[in-house]
Amino acid sequence: MTAPSTNTAKPATGISAILKTAFINALIALVLFSLMVGVRTEAGPDGQLTYWTRFGELASLVAAVFGGSIVIELLRQWIGTTGADKLVPPAVQSGMSLLGRYVAPALLIFTVLVPVIFYNQRYILDLAILVLTYVMLGWGLNVVVGLAGLLDLGYVAFYAVGAYSYGLLATNFGWSFWICLPLAGILAAFWGVLLGFPVLRLRGDYLAIVTLAFGEIIRLVIINWQDLTGGPNGVSGIPRPSFFGIPLDNSDDGLAAKLGIEYSATHRIIFLFYLILALALLTNWVTIRLRRLPIGRAWEALREDEVACRALGINTTTTKLTAFATGAMFGGFAGAFFATRQGFISPESFTFQESALVLAIVVLGGMGSQLGVALAALAMIGGFELFRGLETYRMLVFGMAMVLIMIWRPRGLVGHRAPTVYLTKAKAISSDLVKEGHG
Amino acid sequence: MSSDRILSVERLTMRFGGIVAVQDLSFAAGRKKITALIGPNGAGKTTVFNCITGFYKPTGGAIRLSHDDGKVIALERLNDFRIAKQARVARTFQNIRLFPGMTALENLMVAQHNALMRASGFTFLGLVGAPAYHKAEQRAIELATDWLRRVNLLDRADDAAGNFAYGDQRRLEIARAMCTEPALLCLDEPAAGLNARESAALSELLLSIRDELGTSILLIEHDMSVVMEISDHIVVMDHGVKIAEGTPRAVRDDPKVIAAYLGADEDEAVAVMESGT
Repeated sequence: MTAPSTNTAKPATGISAILKTAFINALIALVLFSLMVGVRTEAGPDGQLTYWTRFGELASLVAAVFGGSIVIELLRQWIGTTGADKLVPPAVQSGMSLLGRYVAPALLIFTVLVPVIFYNQRYILDLAILVLTYVMLGWGLNVVVGLAGLLDLGYVAFYAVGAYSYGLLATNFGWSFWICLPLAGILAAFWGVLLGFPVLRLRGDYLAIVTLAFGEIIRLVIINWQDLTGGPNGVSGIPRPSFFGIPLDNSDDGLAAKLGIEYSATHRIIFLFYLILALALLTNWVTIRLRRLPIGRAWEALREDEVACRALGINTTTTKLTAFATGAMFGGFAGAFFATRQGFISPESFTFQESALVLAIVVLGGMGSQLGVALAALAMIGGFELFRGLETYRMLVFGMAMVLIMIWRPRGLVGHRAPTVYLTKAKAISSDLVKEGHG
Repeated sequence: MSSDRILSVERLTMRFGGIVAVQDLSFAAGRKKITALIGPNGAGKTTVFNCITGFYKPTGGAIRLSHDDGKVIALERLNDFRIAKQARVARTFQNIRLFPGMTALENLMVAQHNALMRASGFTFLGLVGAPAYHKAEQRAIELATDWLRRVNLLDRADDAAGNFAYGDQRRLEIARAMCTEPALLCLDEPAAGLNARESAALSELLLSIRDELGTSILLIEHDMSVVMEISDHIVVMDHGVKIAEGTPRAVRDDPKVIAAYLGADEDEAVAVMESGT
């Protein structure tokens, strides 16, 4: 019940101050929990509303908050007035930065080997594909949010455009995945530009709201345009991807038969795994290259100071549009992959929750950092699965983990920024200096 | 339009609602000359700057920029980034606007955005690693290095601009503006917050920009030691109108200017001036 900012404030001393803080926290808990826990409502046998009170539980919760507050206050006085970041010794921090240099290659090698190590574990392979999908989405959104500093809450719209592009083109015209994949990217980029035009004048909160609305508009159009999209029933029977024309099934023309090996359903899963890995790495490669090109530097400059960009003759309108289009294109690729993997798509897959999840991955990873986003996707998607055993408490543990990370590393897992060009030595730039952007 | 004027402002008026910030202001800035725009706080100097550099659209009047090749551009009709891109007018800001999270070198590379965009084939050639783009990038780095050397920041090229001391940030901002290779450089209070030694170095830098590169400079400045030392021509504003112009010597002795600065009547100012000398 204590905000991190109070860490830097002058600590309360003396028993009376501690009791006062604890009392206030308990009061807040009482107000919050009295309706959430104190009164329980349920539909009765005839559909009427029945309710009963649970004052015992309420009292124990408030008491727990009261006691917990005292413990936290005592701990804070015992540790001293240091900020939360100082709780991590400098030796550990420098060790982590050293470790950081080897994390990316090690992670890549491990990822490539995942299908070999976990060949027979379908659950892990499916989870890995899911994580990689989110890594790719995170890297795509990173262009818009992390580099250009444009807060986009409707990223799922481009994911949906990509998925429906492939789904509809493949089911209606029978086009192959490899033709539809670039088309899905181009169509998503086109929608990115369409969204970009009206929202370019908006900044900060207003931009976020309009992008949020755009995400919802796309979803509602998909639900209501029954003739084309099948509405809430979705699109089914989307063809599985072929290995450049050779189907991955147990027919005589299948890849297994041609290679003369025994057919296994795992082949397709492994193929999907390497497909999304290749798509994600393509996203990463293009983003890294773009950062070192004038357009990428202009994106970052736009995030740092838009007025200065204009004074230097940079066309901020087209710069923002290219950021939107590039991010949207990667979202479209990911969407096409999603459609071919699932074989069935419906509007339910493209809710705001997906946008929020991808945005959380980008923010948690450290805005602009490619490695950070990959780690965050692993933590968010993989970590969520890890806590499955905790059942009801999963969300609670997950939420607490997020809060701890945000206290510990407020600028994301990888907070510093690597320069795109250097004369003598590339020095990492502290996150304190890097702006988040506000438009 | 005589060829010795790079910029001529004619009957410029800027109104914000009922407030008249600049009224019927006319002046000219000489080619390859340093022109200073001075006046007490609130005189409308920065408004004039914002009109010239496209951040405001003037309510009335004309602003003409004539390039060395004789091309004349109506600045009041261009907007936004086009003034920097097409008319090649660069500016700095009163409250420094660097890209704090980018290195000094990156700041200067961003300034060469338009040239590099063309060289990178609007990103597509650059993405596939075309050698032509590599060469252009090397040239851009050389130009940036050259400017870092000129402003004495070469050893800090790879440090984040946000970490620089105030005076260094001011010089870096001028270097960044110069990396756009402007025809006219507009400086909004470049000496603000600098100590005497830094001010002297700034004067030297501006003189070298004028003499070695032949770039025309228009500056707003409060530091009279800098203004009087380097200006070829001074325009004095007060309450949105021009009250005097001329050489530094002529302006310094103008009773109207002294009155405006001291906030006193003309007669009183003359008395003050006479008692002072």
